Amino acid sequence: MVIVGAGVVGAACAYYAGRAGLSVAVVDRGAVAGGTTGAGEGNLLVSDKEPGPELALALLSTRLWRELAAELPPEIEYETKGGLVVAADEPGLTSLRAFRAAQGAAGVESTDVPGDRLRDLEPHLAHGLAGGVLYPQDAQVQPALAAAHLLRASGARLHLGAEVTAVLRGPGGAVRGVRTPRGDLLAPAVVNATGTWAGRLATLAGVTVPVLPRRGYVLVTEALPRVVRRKVYAADYVADVASGSAALQTSAVVEGTPAGPVLIGASRERVGFDRTLSAGVLRRLAAQAAALFPVLAEVRVIRTYQGFRPYLPDHLPAIGPDPRAPGLLHACGHEGAGIGLAPATGRLIAAALTGTAGPLDAQPFRPDRFTEGTEPE
Amino acid sequence: MPISPSDTHDLAVIGAGPAGLAAAVTAADLGLTVALVDAAARPGGQFYRQPAAGLGAARPQALHHSWGAFARRAGRLAAHRTAGRIRYLAEHHVWAVTREAAHWAVHAVRGPDGAGARAEVAARTVLLATGAYERQLPFPGWTVPGVVGAGGAQAMLKAGLVVPGRRIVVAGSGPLLLAVAGSLAAAGATVPVVVEAGGYAGYARAPRTLAANPRKLVEGIGHAAALRRYGVRLRTRSAITAVHGTDRVEAVTLTRLDRDWRPVAGSGLRIPCDALAVGHGLVPQLDLATALGCATRRTPDGTAALVLDGRQRTTVDGVWAAGETGGVGGAELALCEGELAAHDIAGRAPGGVLLRHRDRLRRFAGVMAAAHAPRAGWSDWLRSDTEVCRCEEVTAGRVREAVGDLGARDTRTVKLLTRAGMGWCQGRMCGPAVAHLAGETALEAGRRLLACPVTLGELAREER
Repeated sequence: MVIVGAGVVGAACAYYAGRAGLSVAVVDRGAVAGGTTGAGEGNLLVSDKEPGPELALALLSTRLWRELAAELPPEIEYETKGGLVVAADEPGLTSLRAFRAAQGAAGVESTDVPGDRLRDLEPHLAHGLAGGVLYPQDAQVQPALAAAHLLRASGARLHLGAEVTAVLRGPGGAVRGVRTPRGDLLAPAVVNATGTWAGRLATLAGVTVPVLPRRGYVLVTEALPRVVRRKVYAADYVADVASGSAALQTSAVVEGTPAGPVLIGASRERVGFDRTLSAGVLRRLAAQAAALFPVLAEVRVIRTYQGFRPYLPDHLPAIGPDPRAPGLLHACGHEGAGIGLAPATGRLIAAALTGTAGPLDAQPFRPDRFTEGTEPE
Repeated sequence: MPISPSDTHDLAVIGAGPAGLAAAVTAADLGLTVALVDAAARPGGQFYRQPAAGLGAARPQALHHSWGAFARRAGRLAAHRTAGRIRYLAEHHVWAVTREAAHWAVHAVRGPDGAGARAEVAARTVLLATGAYERQLPFPGWTVPGVVGAGGAQAMLKAGLVVPGRRIVVAGSGPLLLAVAGSLAAAGATVPVVVEAGGYAGYARAPRTLAANPRKLVEGIGHAAALRRYGVRLRTRSAITAVHGTDRVEAVTLTRLDRDWRPVAGSGLRIPCDALAVGHGLVPQLDLATALGCATRRTPDGTAALVLDGRQRTTVDGVWAAGETGGVGGAELALCEGELAAHDIAGRAPGGVLLRHRDRLRRFAGVMAAAHAPRAGWSDWLRSDTEVCRCEEVTAGRVREAVGDLGARDTRTVKLLTRAGMGWCQGRMCGPAVAHLAGETALEAGRRLLACPVTLGELAREER
């Protein structure tokens, strides 16, 4: 098989396909983790997901990441640091608690934290917050290293710096490989793991997958002693993640890293692939982070970077075989959760390729779900 | 009528070195209102750097040539400030320029080290005159105390009238080395040798460009004469490939290089010294420009510079650039380009003399860059335990592993996999070396959306 895309999703597909005994080649126009993987914070979150197919995928991934952490080298910086979601006022806390109850029924572990106990968990949190919920399953990896070590452990052959220019089809329309400037890579299965650019590869195969970019900024501070222990964010974040609005949304997710810098995400806006700087977005992110952790106001931000999340209209990824192009599979459209959802995605793809039972119901992720009613040629 | 801080200026000039200063005073001469924004406490940039007032230097110009060109423009700056045509914002560190609905917004933080409050300047047009910084190529021992940047040594001398040691080897590549050696020797240090990795033969291959730039020739002859006077030897096609000493430089190893800058085995020569001033030319400072989307080109010495048209316009409408941002070419060229840009911004046709002068100096800059361009073999100096990124202590071995085993192919992915370039300097120091080790072919200008650090509190602050 050929996997197009050397981000974390392509790497996880390579890893599980390799373990299932398949011969795997991974091709990418750039480097390992050169796209959205390299712009991510490495969130492995269940806390921000409402009950449904994405949460099921996230819970499976949580277990798989724990296994992977035991098998891959410590350089992937896997940390079960836990997430702490805080609410500023009583109405916010009431809806956070209702959200928590629904998640609990779906298998998410959590603990209610009264307002006056928040600073036991995070000593530098602002005073006066109404309360919060602690999610011990939330974890973190260093995404680029995680992708690189998954790929290395997969045993896949890497073809980097080779852009796919065509998807090759056989006489019956079946996919039989890809073309690159360095030659053709032939295989009966091709996996589209090109993230935010997945629509382009789909087009080369004659099908549509309506992936759109949703821009995000991350602020990085100078290295600090550990002032933030967990992933800490305000309850508004959940509503922003689920929103389909093109307008700017910001809700700071604040966390420390083993190397010292504090990372502050995450804005969401649909502005295409615009890479120009927006001072207004940075201002809002910074203000929200300083509101959560006033001590950070004096800390210097040394870098900010952008990434483009691969976003599908219903906020669910596209995972599995594409009936419109036999031999083509998709593993894309994970929006801001690709690092977290990668292992479960890899398992689903490996199961589809080996014709074995998948670990969970993949129906909600059918890649052709957006073109219902229109017949392929 | 004098400009007030809330006005939209006709022009914001970023950087008050030769290019920015010339542009600001010329634009004001032509009737524009100008904001001149600069990180330093006094105008002049790196080239016309002056001693702090408290040091009581009687003749700072003794360390500079063409001081008159600077003094005249500094005088015009003072007059324009008094008349309210130029607002000069010293100790303002610009962290970003953004396009707003009807103007450009220049975002800065104040204070000597940028730790102060935020300030914002609005302008109809922007001129980037952000200069350059020194290129360093790592080698074993370059982190030993007593090893300083060649440009840094000269800056120390100009600003503080101090020298980094008593017996100083000057090494690297580029014409700056001769000037640095001359200044250090004149200030009383012993400079046993200037070690140039390239050569000066490249200049001879462009006789017409040389003949068209007689002042550059005189400058070069002047440096050579000064070095002879102080008994400084010049060794070309050679490099310092090791530093000896742990707490302090005690000696260095001088090694001959082949055409590709690979060390010639067995040619090592130990030279006792207590300091090493080293640098490999200059790298244009493009963070603000690339964040704005200005296109870049590769210069003959392997750095990225802005793509500019004949009137100093960048590829982004409303943004001009002058001086080293368009390719390193020295102070005289920067003064000339600043004036050209100011004319174009003011809607005036510049004189033909100015245009021809610029073109002549640009051609010379191209010859100079080609003569001193680092060759690929330089990385043979590195041992696997040689630190490449000093901020994050990343060795050459780890960078090579990221490229060979983990799938990095450029500075960005090396950074993601090793942390090289993630520290305080944000890859300004290690960037050229990492790009080379990563085999980056299509050299990309580093993209740093924040051109300098800003406290979170100031970033969050609502502009009044």
